[in-house]
Formats: sequence, C-alpha cells, structure tokens
Amino acid sequence: MTHVLDPNALADTSSGTGTLPDPFADVTRSNDAFRAFLHGLPGVDQVGAEARAKVLGTRSIKTTAKAWAIDTAISMVDLTTLEGSDTPGKVRALAAKARRPDPTDPSCPAVAAVCVYGDLAGVAKEALAGTGINVAAVATAFPSGRASREVKLADVRDAVAGGADEIDMVIDRGAFLTGRYLDVFEEIVAVKEACGPAHLKVILETGELVTLDAVRRASWLAMLAGGDFIKTSTGKVSPAATLPVCLVMLEAVRDFRAATGRQVGVKPAGGIRTTKDAVKHLVLINETVGSDWLSPDWFRFGASSLLNDLLLQRQKLRTGHYSGPDHVSVD
Amino acid sequence: MTSLFEYAPAPESRSIVDIRPSYGLFIDGEFVDGTGTPLKTVNPATEEVLSEVATAHEDDVDRAVRAARRAFVKTWGPMRPADRGKYLFRIARLLQERAREFAVLETLDNGKPIRESRDVDVPLAAAHFFYHAGWADKLEHAGLGPAPRPLGVAGQVIPWNFPLLMLAWKVAPALATGNTVVLKPAETTPLTALLFAEICQQADLPPGVVNIVTGAGETGRAVISHPDVDKVAFTGSTEVGRSIARAVAGTEKRLTLELGGKAANIVFDDAPIDQAVEGIVRGIFFNQGHVCCAGSRLLVQESVHDDVVASLQRRIGTLRVGDPMDKNTDLGAINSAEQLARIRELTAFGETEGATCWQPDGDLPDRGFWFKPTVFTDVSPAHRIARDEVFGPVLSVMTFRTPDEAVAKANNTTYGLSAGIWSEKGSRILKVTDQLRAGVVWANTFNEFDPTSPFGGYKQSGYGREGGRQGLAAYLRSDS
Repeated sequence: MTHVLDPNALADTSSGTGTLPDPFADVTRSNDAFRAFLHGLPGVDQVGAEARAKVLGTRSIKTTAKAWAIDTAISMVDLTTLEGSDTPGKVRALAAKARRPDPTDPSCPAVAAVCVYGDLAGVAKEALAGTGINVAAVATAFPSGRASREVKLADVRDAVAGGADEIDMVIDRGAFLTGRYLDVFEEIVAVKEACGPAHLKVILETGELVTLDAVRRASWLAMLAGGDFIKTSTGKVSPAATLPVCLVMLEAVRDFRAATGRQVGVKPAGGIRTTKDAVKHLVLINETVGSDWLSPDWFRFGASSLLNDLLLQRQKLRTGHYSGPDHVSVD
Repeated sequence: MTSLFEYAPAPESRSIVDIRPSYGLFIDGEFVDGTGTPLKTVNPATEEVLSEVATAHEDDVDRAVRAARRAFVKTWGPMRPADRGKYLFRIARLLQERAREFAVLETLDNGKPIRESRDVDVPLAAAHFFYHAGWADKLEHAGLGPAPRPLGVAGQVIPWNFPLLMLAWKVAPALATGNTVVLKPAETTPLTALLFAEICQQADLPPGVVNIVTGAGETGRAVISHPDVDKVAFTGSTEVGRSIARAVAGTEKRLTLELGGKAANIVFDDAPIDQAVEGIVRGIFFNQGHVCCAGSRLLVQESVHDDVVASLQRRIGTLRVGDPMDKNTDLGAINSAEQLARIRELTAFGETEGATCWQPDGDLPDRGFWFKPTVFTDVSPAHRIARDEVFGPVLSVMTFRTPDEAVAKANNTTYGLSAGIWSEKGSRILKVTDQLRAGVVWANTFNEFDPTSPFGGYKQSGYGREGGRQGLAAYLRSDS
C-alpha cells in the first residue's frame, strides 16, 4: 500500500493560537480598504482548481477506509427539510431519523443536526431533547436574503428563541456583487450578535457568486465577520455545492487559521446525494486541510437524500449485498 | 500523528495482463527470435524480473529494415491514404479497448503510478493515433505543398519514461504520412511496445509496416546507422542525441531529436498561489520527474518566495508514495538502479555546492528503486543542480525580482524544451512567453499534452517538432 509522506504536513503549525493580535484589524475601516484587501487575496485559477478537485475525485476508497468514511459522513449530516409544505409532523419524523438513522443497527451513528425553517425550530428542539443532536435553523430571509436588516435580525432572534443551536444565514449577494463589501460584513456582524450563544453558519450562495475568486473573497469576508462556519449554498440555487467550490473554501479556512489562529468550519450543502460524493468531500478535506477538519464540529453536509444512500452503502458493507430503497425510510 | 482517514490499499489487479516468460522481436508481422543475449526487464518497484526479452543484433535489425522497405514499396506506400487512416483508427480503438491492460503493464515495467498510466499515458497514446488517423487522407492540406510524399523507412529510438506514449508519438505520424517503421524501445521498458505489436497483428496491419526490435544501445546504433533507413527520430538524452547526430551527419537521412531539458517554471507575485503550487508539483513530480520537459527550475518572485516554498512543502507532505499499482499512489518508483544512482550523484552535488536540501519525513519502501521528492532552496544559477538535467523528483528553487530578470534567468540554460508562467495578468503572460526560448510555454498549467500541439525544443533540447500539423513535416518530403 501507499502512505502519505508526512502525516503532519497539514497539522496546525501556527504558534500562539488565539493570542496573536488580529492582523486584519484595520481592513474593514472603509469599504475601499476592505475592497483592496479582498481583491488583494491571491486569485484562483478556475481550470487549475477544477483539475485538482478532479484528481482527488479519483481516489479509491475501499473496505476499512470506506466504512470509516461512511460513518463519519453520517455523523456530519445536517438532515434538512426546507419546504413550504413542512409541518411539525414532518419535522418530528426527521428528528426520529436523525437519532437512529438505521433502526436495525444501533452501531450506526446519529447525524449532527436537523436543519429546518425558524418557525419549526421549537418543534425540532423538543423532538431532539436530550439527544445531543443540534437544531439548525435558516434565517435572515432565507433563501434570497431580500429583506430589511431589521426583519433579518428579527428572524434570527425568533429562531434562537425557538431553541435553535445553530443559525444558517444568507449573505446579501446583491450587495456583494455590487462591491458593497462593508455592508455585507456589517450585516454578518449584527447577525452574529443576535445569535447570542448559537453558532453562526454563513451561506455564501456560491451559485450566485459564480467565480471562484468571488468564493474566496466571500469566504474571507464571512470569516473576518465572525462566522463559525462558511456554507456553500441554500440548496435553492443551482449549481449548489461543487468540489472546486468546496476546495477553495477549504483553502480559505486553512489560510485563515494560519493567519489568525482561529479555526472555521465548512458546510457544503445542496446537490450532494450519493455516498461517492460524500467520500470525495472527505478526501478533499483530508488532503487539503487534514484531520483537524474531519469531525462534525468542523465539517457538515447539508443534505436530505444523502443520508439514505449512506445507509444503503453502510448496509452493503456490513452484509455484502445491496438491499434497496425500501430498506431505508422515505422522509 | 497518523491521519484519521487512512486509505486502505486499493491495488489495481495485475491479472488482466498476461506477461509471457519471454518475448521475441517483432519483424515482418511476426515474433521471431533475436540473435543477441536476451535481456531481463524488471519491475522497478519490486526488482522482480517480469520477462526475458530478445535483443536484436545488426543482422536482426537488417531483417527488420528490409521488411519495412518491402512493406513501404509493396503495401503501405501504394495504399490509398484513406485506407491507411482506417488502420490507424483501428489501432486507436484497440488501444482504448485494451487500455487497462496497457496501463497495468506500463506501471509494472516502468514504475509509474497506475493513476498516471491509466489517466495520462494510455489515453494520450490513443489520442495520438486518432489525431494522426484523421490526417492520413488530408496531407495535401498540411501546408507542405500540393502532394507531400513519405520518406520511406523510419528508424525510431524511444526512451523509458513514457514507453507507450513515446511509441505513439513516433509511430502514429510516421504511419499516417505513409512511412514504415523500425522502432527500438528502451531496454528497461520494452513490454508495452511488444503488447503494441500484438495490437498491430489484431488490427491486421500489413506485415513489415511496424517492426519492433528490442535491445540496448547497440541495437539502437544499428537502427539509426542502417544505410536503408531514410529518417531517424530519437527521443532521449542529449548525450546520445549528439552521437546520433554525428552518426547521421553526411548521410541522406533526415533527423529529428527530442532531447533533455531544464525547464523554468516562473511564478510571479500575482499568481494564483494554490494552483501554482499544484502546477509546481505536477511540473516536477509527475512521472517521478522522469520528464524531459519537467519544470525542474522554479523561479519565484522574491516577494512571494517564502509563502510559495512553505505551501509547496506542505503540499509535498501530502503526496502518497509507494506501490505504483495502488490507485492512490502519487509518486512511484525510479525506473532503474542506474537512474537512481545518477539522481543521487547530482543531489549530492547540490548539497556540497551549498544549496539547502529539503525532503519530507517518512519512509520509502525497502525493495525497489525509490527517491524522495526533494526541494533545493538557496540555489545559485551556477550550481550544477540549476544547470544539469537530473531527470528525477528534484526541484531547484531560485528567485527573481523583475520580469526581465525572470526571462534572463529562464533562458540561461543550454536547453530550451519547455517553460511555465504563473500569473493572473494576461498581458504579462503574453509578453514573457514571447521572450522565452523554449519550444513549449505553459501558462497557469504545466505538463499538459495534446496531439494537436507541436512539441519540441530549442538549443540542446533538440530539433524538429512532434505533434500537430508541424509534426507531420518530419515525415514528409514536399519537393514534388
């Protein structure tokens, strides 16, 4: 077999974690300064990033490695329902699945969180009480983000009051694309404050930012504003999560930690439907930022149908044969 | 610390390929015994003997050249060009159909990772046949006159770094233009050429159109100095290239040489750094650095030197070395004990001359020929590691301050095969490209190959072009 030359190559080497003065303290003193900073970040060559993601996509993950990857992926799932037709019943059903994804196998890990609209956070919280599974709620006029700041902040406070442990906010893409970076920044800061103890995931909606340069800038913007996680997409815009986008975001959190000592999580969401897709993402983490991000504390999959495919593949590894869609629950 | 996520072994099965205990020479459409002492070819990753291969003496080479001449006069030369194209299309399709076989055999015989032989060598070899198959009946549009004619018999000698791909680069254009060939593969990597001979049989290629004579340097000398060979094509070291040029001088033979290189990979401070680091890795560690156009001299703008070197070292630490047959291997084995000795000798010079040597931690396999990816910093342009071709996974890092200095340093070499530029500024890329004395210049990528693109060198990197419309000229006469 092959081995990695230096297993510590991606380990945290920044000294004095958290004690360094923030080297970016003054980059947000004006919109011009902030623009100069964000546009001064190294560019991303799209062809090169796609090629790198493609090569990592060819990694062959078998047997024990596959078993580990499937369980890890399950434990990273934010099991999501974001439909206009959502009801308390639907959310309770999802919560039951989140606790015991495979009722036939108690060794199957629980998922990381259940992700719902803010008005259903309370229902989810109650259904998940005592499980250690978090409630994530989307807020800030999700998915478009087109509302006044007061409305967005009220949305956040409402979800937090309902019991949300994590808030998934959307950035103002309109402001970002017209270069009003400081507005986007200040809004994230305000949302973070409104979150109180809840963790903040910042959705960049990369399908609307389009270029990888913009993805890198938006990632840095969200991290500087205090986001605990950066998240690719709402799932309502296509393309949603792609490997090259996730690669660029992982590079951003890696570089941000090296510069500031603060670690930020990454959440691709939307479009990840198969075990193969999930494993490719884990490979991407493993070879871009390393083991420090290989945990639900630092990496999540925003997904709904992915979980069933992970369960089917898990059963296949355990029993040696494929079962079929009737062996996992329809949600 | 070990990683949470250890990849389980994922070896490609070798059962798909049937390696015979011994191989003969492929002359006039059949396998025949050679008169020389057979040579053993080994798997460089394990030192296991894979097979015994005949060696061709002068008499055998003479038989091969006579068979090629016969085929040129009687079948291949007079054939309708469209029909020649059909044969080439058939060979290309067979290469694709049997791609896994070729990839496995190439990796076993050469030591390169299966990922590369599967995703690069074999698909590109097929692409070269497809591309040239299309030219076969369109040569009057190649810009070489109204009715260009083939030269006759081509004697071709190829190296061990891309055994099948170099065969395709040589054989496909020769056949598409109506020539017949006598090809000598490298002595350490003859097996895929011999499997290609089976493909020629399977494709019903007329006997004598392709002849493959195995052996060492003496066999190669017999091929290029045979009086009835009209055209000599060689890819390999500059040293051997010189002796071939001397041997061919004063004869009617046409000659193309594709020789060594010491390519500059230039990283400007406005480069996309993460992709540049990938490109540097690909430039020097692709195929263990056994690449004539490898980006072995890294020229980094001083203002980003420390960042680039730190990122590069971090990235090198993630490379996976070991069993070339494992689908997750990034860096395979050095092709031979001789080559390993040469790499060691040149890197030793680097240290004694005062450059700083860096290698990642970690172990190499116990058996076989291995060398760690190596980065030299504090390299002066006067050091031997900055001037001599190492042909291994060894990178020399130097700095520059202005674009003019970058160009001057990049061109300060006796070679001129390839170069790379990393910058987000298009106008700079175009200007610097114009000033570089290199046959191929890659912008924001490296070691990218395509049959439509001519490849070849300046200065001691050789002369003539392979691939593209320009590559056809090496096999055609336009004096009609």
